[in-house]
Amino acid sequence: MARYETVIGVEVHAQLKTESKIFCGCSTRFGVAPNENVCPVCSGMPGVLPVLNATVVEYAAKMGLATGCTVNPISVFARKNYFYPDLPKGYQTSQFEQPICEHGHVDIVVDGTAKRIGITRIHMEEDAGKNIHSAADNASYVDLNRACVPLIEIVSEPDMRSPEEVVAYLKALRAILVYLDICDGNMEEGSFRCDANVSLRPVGQRQFGTRAEIKNINSFRHVLKAIEYEVERQADRLDDGLPVIQETRLYDATKNSTASMRGKEEAHDYRYFPDPDLVPVRLDAATLARWESELPELPEARRARFVRQYGLSDYDAEVLTAERDMAAYFEACAAAGADPKTASNWMQSELLRELNQAAIPISQTRLSAANLAGLIKLIDAGEISGKIAKQIFPELFAQGLDPAAYVRQKGLSQISDSNALESAVEAVLAANPAEVEAFRGGKTKLMGFFVGQIMKATKGQANPGLVNELLRQKLG
Amino acid sequence: MTISPDAVAKVAKLAKLRLDDAKLERFAGQMDDILAYMETLGALDTTGVEPLYSPVGHATPLRADTAAPTCTRDQILANAPATDGQFFIVPKIV
Amino acid sequence: MSDITALTLTEVRDKLARKEIKAAEAVAACLARIEGTEPALKAILHLDAEAALAAAKALDDAGPVAGQRLWGVPVLVKDAICVKDAPTTCGSKILQNFTPFYDAVCIEKLKAAGAIILGKTNMDEFAMGSSTENSAYAITANPWDTAKVPGGSSGGSAAAVAADQCFAALGTDTGGSIRQPAAFCGTVGIKPTYGRVSRYGLVAYGSSLDQIGPLTRTADDAAAVLSVIAGHDPRDSTSAPREVPDFEAALAGAVDLAGLTIGLPDEYWGEGVDDEVRQACAAAVDTAKSLGATVVPVSLPHTPYAVATYYIVAMAEASSNLARFDGVRYGYRAPEAQTLEELYELSRSTGFGPEVQRRIVIGTYVLSAGYYDAYYRKAAQVRRLIRQDFLTAFEKCDVICGPTSPFAAFPIGQMTDDPLQMYLSDIFTISLNLAGLPGLSMPVGLGQTSGMPIGMQLFGPAFDEAAILRTAKVLGAALPPLPRPAGI
Repeated sequence: MARYETVIGVEVHAQLKTESKIFCGCSTRFGVAPNENVCPVCSGMPGVLPVLNATVVEYAAKMGLATGCTVNPISVFARKNYFYPDLPKGYQTSQFEQPICEHGHVDIVVDGTAKRIGITRIHMEEDAGKNIHSAADNASYVDLNRACVPLIEIVSEPDMRSPEEVVAYLKALRAILVYLDICDGNMEEGSFRCDANVSLRPVGQRQFGTRAEIKNINSFRHVLKAIEYEVERQADRLDDGLPVIQETRLYDATKNSTASMRGKEEAHDYRYFPDPDLVPVRLDAATLARWESELPELPEARRARFVRQYGLSDYDAEVLTAERDMAAYFEACAAAGADPKTASNWMQSELLRELNQAAIPISQTRLSAANLAGLIKLIDAGEISGKIAKQIFPELFAQGLDPAAYVRQKGLSQISDSNALESAVEAVLAANPAEVEAFRGGKTKLMGFFVGQIMKATKGQANPGLVNELLRQKLG
Repeated sequence: MTISPDAVAKVAKLAKLRLDDAKLERFAGQMDDILAYMETLGALDTTGVEPLYSPVGHATPLRADTAAPTCTRDQILANAPATDGQFFIVPKIV
Repeated sequence: MSDITALTLTEVRDKLARKEIKAAEAVAACLARIEGTEPALKAILHLDAEAALAAAKALDDAGPVAGQRLWGVPVLVKDAICVKDAPTTCGSKILQNFTPFYDAVCIEKLKAAGAIILGKTNMDEFAMGSSTENSAYAITANPWDTAKVPGGSSGGSAAAVAADQCFAALGTDTGGSIRQPAAFCGTVGIKPTYGRVSRYGLVAYGSSLDQIGPLTRTADDAAAVLSVIAGHDPRDSTSAPREVPDFEAALAGAVDLAGLTIGLPDEYWGEGVDDEVRQACAAAVDTAKSLGATVVPVSLPHTPYAVATYYIVAMAEASSNLARFDGVRYGYRAPEAQTLEELYELSRSTGFGPEVQRRIVIGTYVLSAGYYDAYYRKAAQVRRLIRQDFLTAFEKCDVICGPTSPFAAFPIGQMTDDPLQMYLSDIFTISLNLAGLPGLSMPVGLGQTSGMPIGMQLFGPAFDEAAILRTAKVLGAALPPLPRPAGI
């Protein structure tokens, strides 16, 4: 298989987080009863006409600006004509020859190697409704709630050479969409959909091989598995001297294989032409400049800054910037005085564990960043031991408590007063003369025993460092 | 150019029309005349002429992104040939 | 009663406003006239007498409202335009049981102005035709000679107005479908500038060509109706964001054509026009001169390419616009369909008539892979040249003038076997839709040979409906009035 090079291009459809649909005022809210968010326009009734949602244009342009695209000053909606029950007008209003954005890129890192993946174009279009197939009766049920929901389609150059690169690209793309707050980026729920175009070519050949389009990929894990399967399938065919057929294939997660849709789908001639019901979209330089200035710090820039500003490792920076809320929490924690590295460690271990157990996102935690910073500062100041901090963390998390107040209230302060400790140390030594003698006789391992006893006597609150020092003094 | 009944059938399929042989023959003949007439445009030199797809001269009309219902589901389904009160129903899509 | 239906719209409107007659009387007069003429005419697909009388009673109870320009005036509406809770069939079987729950914007405006909608008029199926013979329901007769066509596709509206069934009727014009039937039936008919009247609620045929406009007896009547239905509509993206002049005010006091320059395009006054048409139109131009107008020759050199251009564009757009008629959400669904494929194919093949199917097939063809550049894109380029012809001509004149049709109304059945012949007869009306400019047809007399009405067109620059309405008003007043139609 090292004879072939894998070439992959990806098409992503991202549902935009607008209040209303792209061409009508119906709500885009999820979870309502079938056909409740429908009007004559989005159900393709006779005589209706589309009117473009301003926010859709803004979101599409911002995605282009965030990925280094040229935002075209003129872009045109076109009709993509085909028949399907979830497509009420018998055509999808999309963009064809003149999309809103072109020629951008996303930078990825795989196994330490950086690579730039090209974005060919980004265009606006409307979503179709949903067909629900009934196993029982010989019917399909059409729900048009999703019809006319705004999408942007992001088409990549065929620049990826492995399933890992595809996943890295998709994660990077999704992070930008989420950072811009224009898309939920949820693959399982369908607000972030991806189709992969996979082809092979003999190593060294310039010309691309025939590609197959893989659909129905619903998670990053599926991306890896589907592409791996498809690459092997195509390689087997080529090895056997058979051609790869240009077709659409559906990924089946239960069988971990792809199957041709060819029997179900005729060759489509979409007969694109400019939609005469819509006016070309014109964007002036001033508007684009304003939108550019409104872009937030994007994931890649934030990652680099975290490394620079907080001295974090690449790995830590990547983990913390994966979600915008996570990055914000970290920065708030650092701003409240926590040591960045420590904060990073606590967030990736204790906090993440509690969040997963409670099954809530970081935005919903009751333990504020200031609280976490407070806890870290208590440890740094020697107020409590790290061990006790870890013990009390679940309680702090569950109740959203101020650590300092909690420690005070529970009397958990680390005992760092030499005088107070000295009596405890002397008491333990006095109570265990045999061990003292054995230690002085050479059994230095008993140090742990003494420390343990003192910890027990002080309910774990003795400052371990100080205990060790006092023991050394007294044991000689 | 001569357009064959087969070519007409292909196009009819794209448009989800079912034409019997007699109709295909008749359409093919008529289309020949009509398309030949349309091809007279080919004689006109239009190099460098920007296509005019619509006479509209005004700027892109845009809508504010606010959601507002304009009708009920019952109204939407009122003209449906087959419905259960919630969905439009069609024969099973295979 | 018959005195009422003989009045013009502005005359009856004034009598209603002064309470000389009641709205109920106006409606009753129209209903009686309709009853007497419909068996021969078949202009109306759907009549809602009860609703009209109820609406009239409600208006009478409340009394005339000063701001409502069409208070109490009974009108008819072409069946391509959605009227809430009334059947809207577009003359097609595929919409035989479709009842919209929404009014077209122009209907909302008519109702807000106090007009009473009597019903829906017959038309060529989906506005595809020039004779109303393509209707799936009936063939409308020309009131001047019931063996002849009323023109199309707004034949029902034209016949109804000419036969005094109502005081105005709305039609639609994609390639001449208001103007040509107006000419054939001896009425005024105006196609506004593209974008002047909202298309929301008009079942689309050629989206970049369609406009709604009134057919009336006089230019003053047309001005009154146009003032009501015109205006920017935020629900139609192609609706022009422009103020609507008070067209009636623009016409008030106009008595001559001094200062007006009329352009006569060489291409409209040459070969291919019947003698009686040329004669009647030339006489009208002479009258215009005697009223003070200056006449200059102009040229619209790309006229020979207009029909081909129009049909490529219109059929392409139509093939896409009619895809929504698939039996899924409304309209006719073939009861014998077992599979989805059958549902689509049988519903559409049974529901659409042959002319509609022909245009869908050709439209699909000219958009299909490999042909788009040669046909559709090429046509769009020629369209720009055609529009440019008009803009250039309007540098030399204020309005352009020419015959509406090469011939007067022809016998029913004469042209139905030759679709291409039918398309070519649109030669004088079609360019205007491609250019998106306003134009009207006005009656200029009866043909010397046929005795049928002859119509003449006036075209204006974009959004200058006032100029052509004013010219039509003055010229119309100076020409001998037409007699009442002889056929009914």
